[in-house]
Amino acid sequence: MIAVIVIIGILVLLGVVFAVLYNRLVGRRNQVDNAWSQIDVQLKRRYDLIPNLVETVKDYMQYEQETLTKVTEARSAAMQAGSAGPQAQAKAENMLSDTLKSLFAVVENYPDLKANQNVLSLQEELTATENKIAFARQFYNDSVLTYNNAIQMLPTNIIAGMFNFTAREFFDAPEAETVVPKVDLR
Amino acid sequence: MYEQIRRNRRASWLLMAAVVVILTALGYVIGLAWVGSSDGALGVVGLFGVAAIVWSLVGYYAGDRMVLSVSGARRISHEEEPRLWNVVEEMTIAAGLGQPPAVYVIEDPAPNAFATGRDPAHSSIAVTRGLLHKLNRDELQGVVAHEMSHVRNYDIRFATLVGILVGLIALVADLFLRARLFGFGGRRSGDAGGGVGVVLMLVAFLFALLAPLAARIVQFSISRRRELLADATAVELTRNPLGLAGALQKIADDPTKLRMGNRATAHLYIANPLRKVKEAAGLFDTHPPIQQRIALLLAMAHGEARPLEGEPDATA
Repeated sequence: MIAVIVIIGILVLLGVVFAVLYNRLVGRRNQVDNAWSQIDVQLKRRYDLIPNLVETVKDYMQYEQETLTKVTEARSAAMQAGSAGPQAQAKAENMLSDTLKSLFAVVENYPDLKANQNVLSLQEELTATENKIAFARQFYNDSVLTYNNAIQMLPTNIIAGMFNFTAREFFDAPEAETVVPKVDLR
Repeated sequence: MYEQIRRNRRASWLLMAAVVVILTALGYVIGLAWVGSSDGALGVVGLFGVAAIVWSLVGYYAGDRMVLSVSGARRISHEEEPRLWNVVEEMTIAAGLGQPPAVYVIEDPAPNAFATGRDPAHSSIAVTRGLLHKLNRDELQGVVAHEMSHVRNYDIRFATLVGILVGLIALVADLFLRARLFGFGGRRSGDAGGGVGVVLMLVAFLFALLAPLAARIVQFSISRRRELLADATAVELTRNPLGLAGALQKIADDPTKLRMGNRATAHLYIANPLRKVKEAAGLFDTHPPIQQRIALLLAMAHGEARPLEGEPDATA
């Protein structure tokens, strides 16, 4: 009689442990998905801010049309690259970041523009957005690490195998060539 | 970095257990000496439990609002302080929190900051005007990351709990000493005879005198550990130890005194607003010495975790 009770007890305990570990895996996977969509949110925010910036500086920077055009083109390219997969998107986003860096380096040449309140606040917003993209990627990678660890380590890997939890990829953006911004000393 | 985080977490839980042990021992000894039976002792310990629950509920729900009003903090919006707001949002994303904490500014020229709130969903960060003026963006990010780490590590909740336990120890010890001095709480029938009873009473007295002190020392030690933990987890957020190190250096070099600083809230600030720079950690310091914190951060920047004084080197 006692033996039966003990066996049932053990089975119940195992069941509980099972459920807890399964839930933990689900939670971690959902966190990875959520972190991925966060990156998207920040990227879209940057798309929205850029036209504003270009409009504001356009009139002051008549000799810098090339830089401005590059920014606008890079933005369009990035917006379209979204459908081409994460690798292509990451590349396009990095190019956009580079064109923005060039633009801000050039803004340094124009004292009127540098002191302009609108430009300053746009600059702050764009810096913040670049940072947020970076941190969103960081958090995504952290989440992937925790999730991948969970599905590869004992004891959760047993459950992961049973329910087809697959490992996720890190966001490993290939570093685009760092273009040294050409600052024209005129 | 991760090694430091683990070490600090472990140390603070051990210290917390020490406080609980002191409290239970105190209650038991007093109960035993006073009431003269172990049932009575357990009853006294049970009484502490009830008092702790009631006390903690009050502190838990109303605590952060009280602290914010005492410090003269004013809530700000994105438009008023874009850089500060953006930095807080960046750290929120790095921490993976759902929504950012409420952001406050204290109009005080001394550079300092604190965080309060029982959990990430109900938290607030306050920063002084002096801090906003004196730090660059990276350093501000480091400070905000440190404060948000306090929230993430549930330090406020932890510290409240410890504070309650320590307060209870002091209260009970006090009550007991007063009662004995005034001759209340005599012995009931059926307890141990004269000699043992007197010894027990002496032991209880000793406990009652020393326990509050011991508990306070442990409490300060916990506070220092949590500060180091917040530093390490801040670096986990920013991945930039030099930002926070630079901020701490600027705060240490600044002689301005915080106008609204007082003993009740001192432990919440990033740097002790009351005591100036010291060489070694005193037993009663809420914060570790700033130079030590900076040294640990710089060591992180070079890829190693340096042990604190008197600690065995845990790294290979």
